Amino acid sequence: MTIDWNHFTPWLSLSGGVLLGVASALFILLHGRILGISRIVGEFILPKAGDIAWRIAFLLGIFAAPWVFGILAPAEIITAPRIDASYGMIVLAGLMVGLGTRYASGCTSGHGVCGLSRLSLRSLVATLSFMAAGFVTVYVIRHLL
Amino acid sequence: MQRISEFFIGLLFGLGLLLSGMTDPGKVLGFLDLFGLWDPSLALVMGGAIAVGVFAFAFAKKRTTNFFGGALHLPKNNSIDKRLVIGSLIFGAGWGIAGYCPGPALVSMAAGQEKGLAFVIAMLVGMAGFEIAERLFHEPKITT
Repeated sequence: MTIDWNHFTPWLSLSGGVLLGVASALFILLHGRILGISRIVGEFILPKAGDIAWRIAFLLGIFAAPWVFGILAPAEIITAPRIDASYGMIVLAGLMVGLGTRYASGCTSGHGVCGLSRLSLRSLVATLSFMAAGFVTVYVIRHLL
Repeated sequence: MQRISEFFIGLLFGLGLLLSGMTDPGKVLGFLDLFGLWDPSLALVMGGAIAVGVFAFAFAKKRTTNFFGGALHLPKNNSIDKRLVIGSLIFGAGWGIAGYCPGPALVSMAAGQEKGLAFVIAMLVGMAGFEIAERLFHEPKITT
């Protein structure tokens, strides 16, 4: 293991993480809901009556974020994303992420942030599982193939 | 009032993803590349989020209603079963292929990334596939 010091952003990542934590805290305390993206989006596919408006409001907030970030963030912290995967791989990955997160009842936000914050063993198992699968997949793609 | 609050929480969450670097698949894959040139940033994203979250959820567990007087939906399912593990493994493998998890993919799509859009469409198809499979192979699930 070699640390990639050129890309390591400890302060930005820590402060971004704190914002994610504050958003999750506000969502459970103000609205009584777990801030889990895969469930918020997944249950929107076949929505129940009376359960739609809050999802739209939340998702519009997410969609507004790049625009607001462009206004607020100093130019030196805005970096262009590096997207190496081909369209075929993107589609395969999207299918797997959609199916997998719904079977597991959560993703990085629901299990990784909220679940670990509530000290849930179930979410710890989920987080260790998707992290392990991520490590192995990147190892295979970058170092074996 | 509640809709406005939910909008701003979504906005705050999206800003957190952008600031932390989670919306850059290259950065995510840099974290998952444990045996290559490793970028530990994402561990700090999780650490920062959980450091705030533990206090909020410890407080939430003592309450029965949310701030607006409505229900407080804390998960009741504690089972560690095949669905949880296999679902998470499939998710993690997909995460490792593209570097997108659901939240950052939505933000990337909104930022006008064409591959972000392609990912979100595929993700919705995968989620719809789950709903179809649930209805074909399982009794209607009682959700709490």
